[in-house]
Amino acid sequence: MEKINIIIDNKPLQVEKGQTVLKAARAAGIDIPTLCYYELDGVKLENRPGGCRMCVVEIEGRKNLAPACATEVAEGMVIHTCSLRVVNARRTVLELILSDHPADCLICPKSGKCELQDLAQRLGVREIPYQGEQSTYRKDMSPAIIRDVDKCVMCRRCETVCNVWQTVGALSAVNRGFQAVVAPAFEQDLAKSPCTMCGQCVMACPVGALSEVDLTRQVITAISDPKKTVVVQTAPAVRVALGEEFGMEPGSIVTGQMASALRRIGFDYIFDTDFAADLTIMEEGTELLTRIDKFTKGDKNVKLPILTSCCPGWVNFFETNYPDMLDVPSTAKSPQQMFGAVAKNYLANKLGIKREDMVVVSIMPCVAKKFESQREEFKENGNPDVDYSLTTRELAELIRQFNIDFKTLPVEDFDNPLGESTGAAVIFGATGGVIEAATRTAYELFTGKKLEKVDFTELRGLEGVREATVDFNGTPIKIGIAHGLSNARKLLDEVKKGNSGFHAIEVMACPGGCIGGAGQPFHHGNFDIIRKRQEAIYREDAGKPIRKSHENPYIQTLYKEWLGAPCGEISHHLLHTHYFDKSKHIEIEG
Amino acid sequence: MAKVKLSESKINKIKEICASFGNKPGEAINVLHKVQGEFGYLPAEVQEVIAQELNVSVAQIYGIVTFYSFFTMTPKGEFPISVCMGTACYVRGAEKVLDEFKRELKIGVGQTTPDGKFSLNCLRCVGACGLAPVVLIGEKVYGRLTPDGVKDILNEYRS
Ligand code: SF4
Ligand code: SF4
Ligand code: FES
Repeated sequence: MEKINIIIDNKPLQVEKGQTVLKAARAAGIDIPTLCYYELDGVKLENRPGGCRMCVVEIEGRKNLAPACATEVAEGMVIHTCSLRVVNARRTVLELILSDHPADCLICPKSGKCELQDLAQRLGVREIPYQGEQSTYRKDMSPAIIRDVDKCVMCRRCETVCNVWQTVGALSAVNRGFQAVVAPAFEQDLAKSPCTMCGQCVMACPVGALSEVDLTRQVITAISDPKKTVVVQTAPAVRVALGEEFGMEPGSIVTGQMASALRRIGFDYIFDTDFAADLTIMEEGTELLTRIDKFTKGDKNVKLPILTSCCPGWVNFFETNYPDMLDVPSTAKSPQQMFGAVAKNYLANKLGIKREDMVVVSIMPCVAKKFESQREEFKENGNPDVDYSLTTRELAELIRQFNIDFKTLPVEDFDNPLGESTGAAVIFGATGGVIEAATRTAYELFTGKKLEKVDFTELRGLEGVREATVDFNGTPIKIGIAHGLSNARKLLDEVKKGNSGFHAIEVMACPGGCIGGAGQPFHHGNFDIIRKRQEAIYREDAGKPIRKSHENPYIQTLYKEWLGAPCGEISHHLLHTHYFDKSKHIEIEG
Repeated sequence: MAKVKLSESKINKIKEICASFGNKPGEAINVLHKVQGEFGYLPAEVQEVIAQELNVSVAQIYGIVTFYSFFTMTPKGEFPISVCMGTACYVRGAEKVLDEFKRELKIGVGQTTPDGKFSLNCLRCVGACGLAPVVLIGEKVYGRLTPDGVKDILNEYRS
């Protein structure tokens, strides 16, 4: 890589040619404030409209200030990031943005995590000299996401994420001038657009214009009700991110502290979605092996590859975009929903309580899980298997509301029987993890042999699309992995053509998988945080005494006591689902 | 939003126009221009067909339609009214005339009355400055119009 010489704030630097002033400065530890710029370097996603001008710098010899995020470095460039002229310009830009921004920081869901609020503090704004007109756009609430576009600063990060990373295209900048907002087509509700509820737009939004539906009050009400038995489950990716909300290093594993926090909040049973992840592997793995078996015996009706079905954003996506392929994905419910079904049927029965008196709460790294939990097919007489799905951030909010000093909590265990899990379940939280977990079990069931090495490192990583062939004792099994719906689309289009040769494909909608889910603590585009969560997931797996789902003793008991065999009668009824054609989703209001 | 059913032939016409621009997303503005020329306006359903053909999201097409004031999603009225807002007309009270039209028809600029009879728009100078302020209804030109005259003129078309 060719190096060139530049000077930033009197610091002579040798930097790579072709990069922006912003990147060169950040690499040298000089942080230029930005607003519209958003980057996920781990998945090569960039929003760089160069529109907000928050990042202006002075370049000697140039008349005008230049946006650092959109200006390339050049040999001999002398740059000032905090000259008086820059500081004044930056402040004016910010004051103009603030002039028509609602000042409801006190009650804004983004308060404390808002990049605009941060900038106002950092630049010491104490009054807003310009008074712009305030817009009063209607609020829009889908089952998972709230749009309050009066707060929109038109950075268009959400639009880029939705269009480029997800290829969903639910959002676009519409209108112009003062009326300009980011909205779905025809300014209809998000729920009527092709939105998958993945929530990556919420993760990307620097301000409070996009946020998740907050259910913490409902959960507190349920806990306070003596008639209710409140059961909580926590998804794999939550335990490697929750600590960040309390100032701990990214990648800290806080499984034990999380369990004790949940107990202190007052949940009656602290269980683990990981248990249900092991169950998912039993069902999905069996389904895969059955399909392979039928296929090799020449059954023309059997569909290969099998597609994973744990990710609700992904499920929404294929229901909308691939209605002719609804019989391809696994019918296994997601771990969240498997847990709900087991809790409200098996556990309620064991505890001798009525379904209506049990409330199941899930803690998820995800925004789309809120929608999934409210799907009609996951309810019995209107009573959902999972009552409230909270994000990692909402759990942190609960912990703060209950005055719990998270960092000093003792390490505690989950309750039994739905709290025990294997390393295979933990890795569900990272891209490639579900298929690795399935491979560990499917290999042993298929070959009847013991796996010598449970780590399938060839399935791990952050490439958008990955492929690997695993040798099942002479039978090559071809596996595909995609994270990001844009990447899923690439694989799906291959499958559609019919000659992809894949046996199984795993898809997760979010960057890095659930660890980069939209319900996780905000990373503001710092991808290193996601990398550290990923390392933590594999560390947690490596430290588990049991690392294959079918060896989980409580899973074995569940089959013995209740389910019978994987994909059997009860499983079919309670642990599997079906999909709907949602391609006509775009309705025009009459 | 009113529901518009598109006939097979209309859909084919739109597809043809998209194809004539190579179905290129970069040609969206030109496609929209041509389609509006064909149908007079761009209802949601038409935008959906265009989005599909050009392989971009409907939201993006809608974004373009709402960005350029030239594009419209409402059909023109049977009698399209255009009020000239050129300098001469403006100075001689075109705005008051426009306000009177708005009041009489209970619609804003760029809108159409619910019965589909009248639509209201503004124009740049039509070159009839001697007659300022000037209003066009269809092809017909009305000059030296005052707010008081608006009602009578509308009545000519109302019956
Ligand atoms: S939730 Fe996902 S699919 Fe929906 S608008 Fe946001 S980014 Fe797009
Ligand atoms: S909604 Fe948020 S992310 Fe989207 S343009 Fe507005 S401020 Fe930016
Ligand atoms: S951050 Fe550079 S222009 Fe917005």
